[in-house]
Amino acid sequence: MLHAFGYWLMRYRRTWRGSIVINVLNPLLFLVGIGAGLGALVDDNAPAQIAGVSYAAFFAPGMLAAAAMQNAFLEGSGGVARAAGFGAYRSATPTPLDPEQLAAGHLLFITFRVLIASGAFVAVMAAFGLVGGWWALGALLGATLTGVAFAAPAAAWAVGVRKLRHIDTVFRFVIMPLYMFSGTFFAVSQLPEWIRPVSYLLPLWHGVELCRTLSLGTATITGSCVHIAYLLTLAVGGFLVARITYRRRLHP
Amino acid sequence: MVIAEPLVHARQLTKIYPPRGSTAEFRAVDGIDFEVQRGESFGLLGPNGAGKSTTMRMIAATSPISGGSLRVLGMDPMRQGPEIRARLGVVTQDDYLDNELTVRENLHIYGRYFSLPRAVIRDRATRLLDFAQLQEKAGDQVETLSGGMRRRLTIARSLINEPDILLLDEPTTGLDPQARHILWDRLFQLKQEGVTLILTTHYMDEAEQLCDRLVVVDHGRIVAQGSPRDLIARYATREVLELRFRLDERDTVAEKLRTSALATGGNDTDGRVESLPDRVLVYTADGEAALAAVHAMSLTPLTALVRRATLEDVFLTLTGRSLIE
Repeated sequence: MLHAFGYWLMRYRRTWRGSIVINVLNPLLFLVGIGAGLGALVDDNAPAQIAGVSYAAFFAPGMLAAAAMQNAFLEGSGGVARAAGFGAYRSATPTPLDPEQLAAGHLLFITFRVLIASGAFVAVMAAFGLVGGWWALGALLGATLTGVAFAAPAAAWAVGVRKLRHIDTVFRFVIMPLYMFSGTFFAVSQLPEWIRPVSYLLPLWHGVELCRTLSLGTATITGSCVHIAYLLTLAVGGFLVARITYRRRLHP
Repeated sequence: MVIAEPLVHARQLTKIYPPRGSTAEFRAVDGIDFEVQRGESFGLLGPNGAGKSTTMRMIAATSPISGGSLRVLGMDPMRQGPEIRARLGVVTQDDYLDNELTVRENLHIYGRYFSLPRAVIRDRATRLLDFAQLQEKAGDQVETLSGGMRRRLTIARSLINEPDILLLDEPTTGLDPQARHILWDRLFQLKQEGVTLILTTHYMDEAEQLCDRLVVVDHGRIVAQGSPRDLIARYATREVLELRFRLDERDTVAEKLRTSALATGGNDTDGRVESLPDRVLVYTADGEAALAAVHAMSLTPLTALVRRATLEDVFLTLTGRSLIE
């Protein structure tokens, strides 16, 4: 597993500077643009709907979780499908590494990437005074867990995908809508009542809630445990399925 | 006393791919028996889809067998896959090199997959780059290499663990003639050094150059086996006369030849006439005499060529089809 992880690190060594810049710039632009721009509008007109905090403080942890989801999904689907079709998995298959180890190594690397990107995001939030102290660490881990909860099932599915456009389709019709119904930009309580139970079932909602309550310092033990358990189930379940699908694809 | 066990031992080896979507169940390998001894250079010859690559994957312990038995290096590929793979070198049809890494980095990462210490990899990489004539390219990104260089790097990479057996799946497919000859030269050197080679090919000249012994496979079954020379002696005549005729008279002429003395051989008992879409082949001990006989029938071929029989002819005799379709 560590040898497979080592491969991805070796590649990352070539691109990490660029990717760190993106990891910092992305949240910076989002927080300035939406936090200050849209935020001013929201704060002046509807402060009650977002639990009485500034819009930036409300929005930032939601975006943190959603960005973790998006990064993890893209690497866990497109990255995995390419590696399985004509990339790293193919060159590693004849070696002593088993498909299960390739899955574990790649997921470990995706976790590492999400951790770095989320770390940059949390640092920018802290610089804006939107989070501080140990809560920041909690939000960082919450975001990373959110990422893994998406990466593992995505990898389990994508390792068998032979047409990359299927991944675009899922991204467009599954991942993007999650932003809208998971309380990223606005509270789920703003949605019509009948649709709210659906939101509570969505993995991103659990990620957003976990990160938001941790970053605002309003987290409860029970609530956080529920979110963590939900996300862990996805991560572990995804990995267990990936062990099977990886073997099926790489050792036909 | 130590009795040398064959490195690969297959009995009634079978591979069935289960039905997928609209494709029906597929018997890629249908009960084949063969053995490969240490130091031998063994070839699987057959057209595309004959089951060569599938057989290679089963030997490489990257595809579970569906039936029969298979032992590789005395081990069971189903249960000891990683141990077997640790002692094999594999050159797949597509090279799967990492274009974004350098030549040396590709060797390094591959060596790491075998858990080799970094210092060992460094030493071997230097030697292998020498062997593959890629010393000057060591620091270049793989993207910049030519097709022949990529293939040589793939072979160098497959040797990083000093394998007991080197598996090569269509090693020169897609290479230009010059690159093929350089590659053959490298493989021949390995053979001289005593490395056991197992290779698949649909090029007859490649099989003749590199294989001590080969099996001819078609539709997942072995249709013949032996050394290239044996096979030619057994399934073809010494010489072959290749004739091309004008399109409009081709069919009638072919028919005339098939019913002539040439087809039964006359005094030449193995003689035979095969008509292919683009030419007619006359199998004979004496090509010049056969050509004289054709002229005596007042037939005027556009071109006539007398050549030695090759494995292509063996395959044609055995299956009635040519290897490259």
